[in-house]
Amino acid sequence: MNAVPTAANTQLLLAVDGVTVDFDGFKALNGFSMTLDRGALRVLIGPNGAGKSTLCDTIIGRVRPTKGSVYFKGEDITHLPEHQIVQRGICRKFQAPGILSSLTVLDNLLIAARSDRRWWRSITAASPAERTRACEVLEQVGLIERRDMLAGELAHGEKQWLEIGMVVATDADLLLLDEPTAGMGPAETNRTAELIHSLLGRHAVLVIDHDMSFVEQLGGRVTVLHQGQFLKEGSVAQIRQDPDVVAVYLGRSEH
Amino acid sequence: MTAARPLLRHVWVVFLLLAAVAPWIVSPYELSLLGRFLALSILALGLVLLWGEAGILTLGQGVFFGLGGYVLAMHLKLTALTPGDIPDFMTWSGRSELPWWWQPFTNPGVALAAVIVVPGVCAALFAWAVFRRRVVGVYFALITQALALCFATLLVSQQETTGGFNGLTDFSTLLGFELAAKGTVWTLYWITVAFVTLSFLGLRWLMRSPFGMMLRATRDGENRVRFLGHNPTPYKVAAFTISAMLAGLGGALFTLHAGVVSPALVGVVPSIEMVIWVAVGGRGSLWGAVAGTLLVNFAKDEISSALPDAWLYVLGLVFILVVTLVPRGVAGIIEDALSRLRPVSPGRKVAAVTSPAGGGS
Repeated sequence: MNAVPTAANTQLLLAVDGVTVDFDGFKALNGFSMTLDRGALRVLIGPNGAGKSTLCDTIIGRVRPTKGSVYFKGEDITHLPEHQIVQRGICRKFQAPGILSSLTVLDNLLIAARSDRRWWRSITAASPAERTRACEVLEQVGLIERRDMLAGELAHGEKQWLEIGMVVATDADLLLLDEPTAGMGPAETNRTAELIHSLLGRHAVLVIDHDMSFVEQLGGRVTVLHQGQFLKEGSVAQIRQDPDVVAVYLGRSEH
Repeated sequence: MTAARPLLRHVWVVFLLLAAVAPWIVSPYELSLLGRFLALSILALGLVLLWGEAGILTLGQGVFFGLGGYVLAMHLKLTALTPGDIPDFMTWSGRSELPWWWQPFTNPGVALAAVIVVPGVCAALFAWAVFRRRVVGVYFALITQALALCFATLLVSQQETTGGFNGLTDFSTLLGFELAAKGTVWTLYWITVAFVTLSFLGLRWLMRSPFGMMLRATRDGENRVRFLGHNPTPYKVAAFTISAMLAGLGGALFTLHAGVVSPALVGVVPSIEMVIWVAVGGRGSLWGAVAGTLLVNFAKDEISSALPDAWLYVLGLVFILVVTLVPRGVAGIIEDALSRLRPVSPGRKVAAVTSPAGGGS
């Protein structure tokens, strides 16, 4: 796949090009490629162990691929340190809520919204612009009334939203949301889908999930991963009817 | 940190006044103990930043305490000599000239600056090398413990230049002042109180700044912080360095009060004791750390004079009890009691500084 972006293709945000991740002989990803445009939504599904989380890990630099490259805004970011990848505009929400539990909800967002991330500048207080941004995001994720609570005291669903909020507050161009609805009830799942829709345009969002009803609510294009390889891509309806996808995945999850 | 609780806000004035007038109240022996223990509490304050805030447990703080102490002790040895002479223990070990690394400390200015600079530079280099490799938690603690062991062993083995097992002692003057004179002893005591106060205020400011927030954030979720685009390493290196500088300052002041510095004060066991002072007082609380240091050390003085063999057992037992029953230490107990007396107004929660295990508020 010739996913290497050119300057002409300015809509292209992310290109994963033939990435293989080898964990001592087990290929978690095997020559996987995909692209994502600015402001777009993509849902990544696949059975357990298909390599979805490994793909996220690879994009943000937590795992280094044995082969292949990741390009972001036309730049090869495959071997950059994690914090520099984030500074270029990719931020990820982890599967288990990764919030900073002994800080207040607002402080969690202020750390995320910090625009100057050099350590020696940390003596200075957050700028008014950063505060405004943090409060904006708190409104958006519905936690503005919880701003002075300790993050560790939030309910589970709220923690998930807080972490989504932190990811959003970084103003990253690409948000990776790894199972954002894990542990949520139907009402909370609905709200999360609405929240994600409100983010599109300003951010491109890559969502990993295997709750098919949530995937249907989200809509957008779906990429199916199977055993570390690309299996199919299409709309939710197309994917639902695809015999290959049904064989490896949907058939099993819907019995 | 304590929020706006009027009662606690002003109680420090009382303690500071008591500390200032102590020379007129207590016996010279007690004053000498108090001076020493206050010097130790400067080190303990540094541990609050490192352990309480950043969540980094070190079992090697004795190294930096020792560096500060030895640097000053070298100057005190040199200043007592007539030019061209070398310290007596070197002559006894068969040395005839001063080692090159002793020479800069002839100058009092260099020696006094080195009290903070030497531990600071050593700590920064060590911490940078280790944290860059992402060594965390118990592995880090073990490395620092090994460091303490190496340092003490090195000091003992280099008898002819370090004074070996006996360390450095027999000091007479500092900057021309007679160390044994009552006026010097009192002044030194007040200087120590001043340094404790300054360290306290400086750290409190630092912990309330966004820098302190980043340390707590790193403690809660180093990966989350990293994947928000911050590099946690420099924050941890800075916390480790600051706490080492305070340990060096404490070591130098302690050496002046005690009149001796030796490997017995810097090795593995003393380094663990330092952590216990802070655990007893409450690692999330600055005043708790000072209280814990005084409490444990006065208890040590009493117990080891009554039952010389019992102290280490008592200390071990206290540590186990504190860790399992009161993870937030004395400070936690008192803060909980106060917040029960005076409920925190709703909507404004107090940020607990300590571990998630602390079930307060």
